[in-house]
Amino acid sequence: MKHLLGIADLDRTELDGLLDTASHFLEVTQREIAKVPALRGRTVASVFYEDSTRTRLSFEGAAKRLSADTLTFSMSTSSVSKGESLRDTAKTIEAMGVDAMVVRHSSAGAPHRVANWVEASVINAGDGGHEHPTQALVDAFTLRNHRGPSIDGVHVGIVGDIRHSRVARSNVLALTMLGARVTLIAPPTLLPPSLDGWPVSAVSNLDDVLGDLDVVYLLRIQRERVGGRGPGELFPTLREYTARFGLTAERAARLRPDVLVMHPGPMNRGVEIAHEAADGPASLVTEQVANGVAVRMAVLYRLLGAGGEE
Amino acid sequence: MSQEFVIRGGRVVDAEGERTADVLIRNDVVVEVGVGLAAPVELDGSGCLVLPGLVDLHAHLREPGHEEAETIETGARAAALGGYTALVAMPNTEPPVDSAAIAGHVLGLGREAPCDVHTAGAITVGRHGETLAPLGEMWEAGVRVFTDDGNCVADSRVMRRAIEYALALPGAVVAQHCEDPALVEGGHMHEGAWSSRLGVPGRPGFAEDVIVARDIALARATGGRVHFLHISTAAAVEMVRQAKAEGVRVTAEATPHHLALTDEMCATWDPAFKVNPPLRPETDVDGVRRGLLDGTVDAVATDHAPHPPEEKDQPFAEAPPGMLGLETALAVVITELVATGLMDMETVVRRFSFAPAAIAGLSRHGRPIRAGEPANLCVVDVDATWEVDPVGLASRARNTPWAGRKLTGRVRHTILEGEPVVVDGEARR
Repeated sequence: MKHLLGIADLDRTELDGLLDTASHFLEVTQREIAKVPALRGRTVASVFYEDSTRTRLSFEGAAKRLSADTLTFSMSTSSVSKGESLRDTAKTIEAMGVDAMVVRHSSAGAPHRVANWVEASVINAGDGGHEHPTQALVDAFTLRNHRGPSIDGVHVGIVGDIRHSRVARSNVLALTMLGARVTLIAPPTLLPPSLDGWPVSAVSNLDDVLGDLDVVYLLRIQRERVGGRGPGELFPTLREYTARFGLTAERAARLRPDVLVMHPGPMNRGVEIAHEAADGPASLVTEQVANGVAVRMAVLYRLLGAGGEE
Repeated sequence: MSQEFVIRGGRVVDAEGERTADVLIRNDVVVEVGVGLAAPVELDGSGCLVLPGLVDLHAHLREPGHEEAETIETGARAAALGGYTALVAMPNTEPPVDSAAIAGHVLGLGREAPCDVHTAGAITVGRHGETLAPLGEMWEAGVRVFTDDGNCVADSRVMRRAIEYALALPGAVVAQHCEDPALVEGGHMHEGAWSSRLGVPGRPGFAEDVIVARDIALARATGGRVHFLHISTAAAVEMVRQAKAEGVRVTAEATPHHLALTDEMCATWDPAFKVNPPLRPETDVDGVRRGLLDGTVDAVATDHAPHPPEEKDQPFAEAPPGMLGLETALAVVITELVATGLMDMETVVRRFSFAPAAIAGLSRHGRPIRAGEPANLCVVDVDATWEVDPVGLASRARNTPWAGRKLTGRVRHTILEGEPVVVDGEARR
């Protein structure tokens, strides 16, 4: 593997390999001295064109625990504000001697473009509404740890703004590749215009399927999608959304005790998820974050370490 | 320019059929078409077809305002190399062609160019879609095609007034970029299976259909003429087919890229495949092809849209829409439709020359090849294959979606008003 641009580029063997490697690194992160020399002398740059706290920290933490050096580029302090193109910025960062670039960008496909321009490995840390492969690896890994080793047949309901969600796209690909059953749950305006070729079913009434789910995966609702002003409007009010699609305390109370609750964060408490559900015993939200470092260590190790094609 | 020469050994194709004949040209006129003609200067036509010069209804030459992308001179040279002897430049320049003065400026620059450059005028002031531009003054300056291309005239009332007003201007036609702006806002590719997978906001095909349906209603009600630019959906083609059968005065053009490429190409993330209207799925490509074959789609037009590399070499969503077309259009259609047996060369001549010349009112182009006609011709080796190299194109820009593709059919000579402006595939000026 040279790059990790999307789950769509992985086959089952590669996916399993990454998750198995992550299991090993999870053990490393739980040691007293949680650091290994695997990537000593290597340099990982995070190139973030969109605000992110958890993903960037997670990657940088992962790189440091592998003893790699890290560089951070963020748009607000960069020459982008001086008009430099993505191509020139990528070439400039590469010229400083980096082995991998972790790229987040608001435009779908931007990391793929960067991968064409530079020799370094490129990891997609989220590109527009397209993919967020490491988030899906984290989620698959977390689910596998609870329901594994196989998640074959596990029924995952992904609820929310599927249309604009890179997390949903990557998770659909990863979870179905691992044999899970995925149901997308959203008002029609928040579903993708076409589900041709998606190995999923889709419904527009959460209560119709809630009792059948093993995992309720809630997506963050972006407030700019609400209301009647401009082209972003896709549903009438947050209150109506919560009433129809939120994991409210009342719905959480109806779940079977073994049903798991997941969310990629950051959460809008009281909108897509009630605090009773977010903080309840079924919630894996904190564990998802904790697993993020181990999974990203696995990705960096596979691309740059002995696991790669160097 | 005052010279005599003969195109020897080719096969002449026009609406009167195909025959082996030499073409003798003196000054700007075809003086004789027949076998065994001789002249002091000969152009080799052996193995080639001699066609009426091609006419492009839709070329963005970017001058004035964006000379870093193209100029009238470089665009006209690209056109000549593509076999074109006339083109209609689009008015979305800076400033836009929304007055007789600017139209006159463009036409003046075109006079020196190796292709007969005409210009379209904007329908509305500034192409803002609100206030009618001085269509009559531009008509007096020679403008016949009016369009806000790049922008759709979304306001039904403005479009109605434009069609009605143009009724008083003989030969004038109102041409529409058919995409309802509210439905395509923020979109970067066709809305469908691929956009859904790629997570790219889409521009639905029905955004075109609703405007075509509305403008057919307006043309029917007013009795005016409407031309549909770069038609790209099967449903729109079907509506045009029915409207024409009814006698509504509508015409349509299609681009080579909408006849040959699908939205799947956007999965490469290469902005060379970003264009408005966007590349569509196979069903739409089939519909547009069928329309071109049966004449519902009157003309092939390039929508030649140069952009400098620094603008195209960006993430897909940030790159401007548009692709080069003048140097590849004929070869793409020969490769996709003629070499595959779907279309004959007489139909190619109708769609590339006769129909577009008639739509734009260009009386010296799109003429049969016979004595007394203006000498606007192109000579094409329809069997020659070549690979498209963006760096080798005459256009100032490089944004071709055909880079690296092998195409069949290459222009050998282009004759503009009796002057060989392209000889053996090389531009003479």
